[in-house]
Amino acid sequence: MLIVEAIILSVIAASTPLLLAAAGELVVERSGVLNLGVEGMMIMGAACGFAGAYLSGSTFVGALCGIAAGVALAFVFAVLTLGLAVNQVAAGLALTILGTGLSGLIGAGFVGQKIVPAPHLYIPWLSDIPVAGKILFAQDGFVYFSVLLVVGIWWFLYRTRGGLILRAVGDSHTSAHALGYPVLKIRLLAVLFGGGCAGLAGAFLPLAYTPFFIPGMTAGRGWIALALVVFSSWLPGRLVAGAYLFGAVTILQLHAQALGLGIPSQLMTALPYLATVIVLVIISRARGSAGSVAPASLGTVFVPDR
Amino acid sequence: MSDQGSASHSARAPLLQAIGITKRYGSFLANDDVSIDLYPGEIHALLGENGAGKSTLVKAMYGLIQPSAGELRWLGEKIELTGPADARARGIAMVFQHFSLFDNLTVAENVALGLDGSESFAAMSARLAQVSRDYGLPLDPKREVWRLSVGERQRIEIVRALMQNPKLLILDEPTAVLTPQEADQLFTVLERLKSEGRALLYISHKLDEVKRLCDTATILRGGKKVATCNPRAETAASMARMMVGADIGEVKATTARAVTVPRLLIRDLSLEPDDPHGTYLRNVGVEVFGGEILGLAGVAGNGQDELFAALSGERPCANEDDVIIDGHAAGHLSVTQRRKLGAAFVPEERLGHGTAPRMKLSENALLTGHAASRMVKHGFVDRPATLKAVDATTATFDVRKAKRDPEAASLSGGNLQKFIVGREILREPGVLVVSQPTWGVDAGAAAVIRQALLDLSGRGSAVLVISQDLDELLEISDRIAVMFHGALSEPVARADATREKLGLLMGGASPESAKEASHALGA
Repeated sequence: MLIVEAIILSVIAASTPLLLAAAGELVVERSGVLNLGVEGMMIMGAACGFAGAYLSGSTFVGALCGIAAGVALAFVFAVLTLGLAVNQVAAGLALTILGTGLSGLIGAGFVGQKIVPAPHLYIPWLSDIPVAGKILFAQDGFVYFSVLLVVGIWWFLYRTRGGLILRAVGDSHTSAHALGYPVLKIRLLAVLFGGGCAGLAGAFLPLAYTPFFIPGMTAGRGWIALALVVFSSWLPGRLVAGAYLFGAVTILQLHAQALGLGIPSQLMTALPYLATVIVLVIISRARGSAGSVAPASLGTVFVPDR
Repeated sequence: MSDQGSASHSARAPLLQAIGITKRYGSFLANDDVSIDLYPGEIHALLGENGAGKSTLVKAMYGLIQPSAGELRWLGEKIELTGPADARARGIAMVFQHFSLFDNLTVAENVALGLDGSESFAAMSARLAQVSRDYGLPLDPKREVWRLSVGERQRIEIVRALMQNPKLLILDEPTAVLTPQEADQLFTVLERLKSEGRALLYISHKLDEVKRLCDTATILRGGKKVATCNPRAETAASMARMMVGADIGEVKATTARAVTVPRLLIRDLSLEPDDPHGTYLRNVGVEVFGGEILGLAGVAGNGQDELFAALSGERPCANEDDVIIDGHAAGHLSVTQRRKLGAAFVPEERLGHGTAPRMKLSENALLTGHAASRMVKHGFVDRPATLKAVDATTATFDVRKAKRDPEAASLSGGNLQKFIVGREILREPGVLVVSQPTWGVDAGAAAVIRQALLDLSGRGSAVLVISQDLDELLEISDRIAVMFHGALSEPVARADATREKLGLLMGGASPESAKEASHALGA
């Protein structure tokens, strides 16, 4: 029983940064922008988040610093792709390289330092339920926030006018422009939101997952988050399922190694990507009945004529 | 400047006045001092060739662009439109030529995006049902746009505009994609809107429509206003002259034409679409004889694209003898192999399909000419030969361009189309398949292209023209067949082909019932 509980807790911890980062990227891609710089924004969030928490002694301040770092980097991306109409793929890749280098510089002085990890918030009574209470109602703030975030995004996208406009911009920026919607402004807000989410996801790692910072500690989670958005076919509900599935796969590989099951760890690490490829194949086969799944103007540059 | 149309207006005040509108893009004047008065209860036509400045003018009226000079007056008062939302708030609505719809959103969501969002989604949906019933424009609010036909899509645009209860409705070439019957239904709606006291601005280059529907017409040419006239008092020819600034040469078939053997055979061709929104081809069969032009009519999306892909070899057919070019079974052959058999193909899309936009014309000439036109020597490109091909096309088809060998994308639509059609015709193909040869091309260039097609068939080639423009097909084809839902009707000789009959076939009527109906219409 204890092992199961420990595994589930570790799966939740491994899934939360994926969910946070992917939720932000989902909004970005729904607006028609492909930001491949998630990994870079996450690692910046990790470095700045740790620095903030270490210097202030507060996890909350650290989280805010992480968000700010992600937003700042996303702003660079927005200036390039929205303002200067640079190719989004190239700008996104450059963003990751920039973030990786810059975070090493910022975090260099903090390597080897320790902070108090984010406190777990025990919800009265509910957390006393055996097993389920510990798993569901005794998590740190990041975990609760990640779930609220996805619910909020779902509500925004499908229940509000703002969400409808955002989806419309992602579907056809020329139509949206013709109807008088400020395409670039909407995309800017979406990109900044995605940056904030990625920064927070990165900050989660040194603030709650391991209470210290090491360079490159995101270890490809940003890329998994990107794959996750495709895996979820841009639907928030599937995103949660996918995040926990991918999180479970990364954790299970550790447990499998510990148990000596003899499955090569490299194969397990490749599983999330393999799953994404398979889902992509299934999506494209099933498209006949479902229309186009990806936002139709995803990754295309928009220059309004004036 | 004559203003005959305004004789009856003296009692009424104009709703919207555009005075001296000028729009400058760099050194280019898209609009040069254009003035126009729109009155309530009147359908005002805006006529002009492509590039005459019609779209620029209405964009300024809808707040999408700011004019460089000039002003707009709404009920006599000077206004400045900050954007489309501002225009909508005043009561100006617009139906776009290239629909401003979102394919993956539902009808109701599309309509909601065109409104200001002051009412709840449920209330809006109820009003949508009400308006669409009122005007006889049925729509299912829950369906996604990509599932709908072109006619239904336009209905969304119109209902969306009507839901704003506009005082002025601007329609940008609304009938370009409709069957004659669908266009008639639209005219009924427009007449009703007019009788409700709304002002309508109707952009078109179909002069018959304008004569039938509109009370006043303003004609633009090269960004300037040429005239305001009463279209009912003019002839189509006199308005065309004002649009073009010169007489348009009538296209003529060479008299000594001999229809010979079938050079292109399509036999019982069935094909699954590779695109989820595509159309199944169902047992398509037809013969195109040497020396004739076979016209292929139909509303867009009824399998024309799929048929073109199957004929050109972009998609292999199921059986080798589904397509026979000059006696050779070509169903399994590639595009290049079919070209070597003497076939040539001109796709609908000029940029991206007919040409690589960022490549030079000579390189584009090479792309279709490499197999059959000796532009490659020992595996190396013969640049002088490709340039010679460009020069020959330029000279024969009057392609106007800034330098000898510019990028394809830098040419205007009409000139690029002349180049693409010319490039293929100069190879003297035995079989030419051409899709929408004059779509979005000005009248002068269209006449050149149509004449070239007629001349080619006169020299004994088999020409298959796929077009949505019935007037074009009636002008140049010897026989016309209609595509509907992936099936092809029996070809009708031009002498027997009336607009009514073809329109019914385009709407899916069987040939027999189409014949009866057109008899009943007295056609």
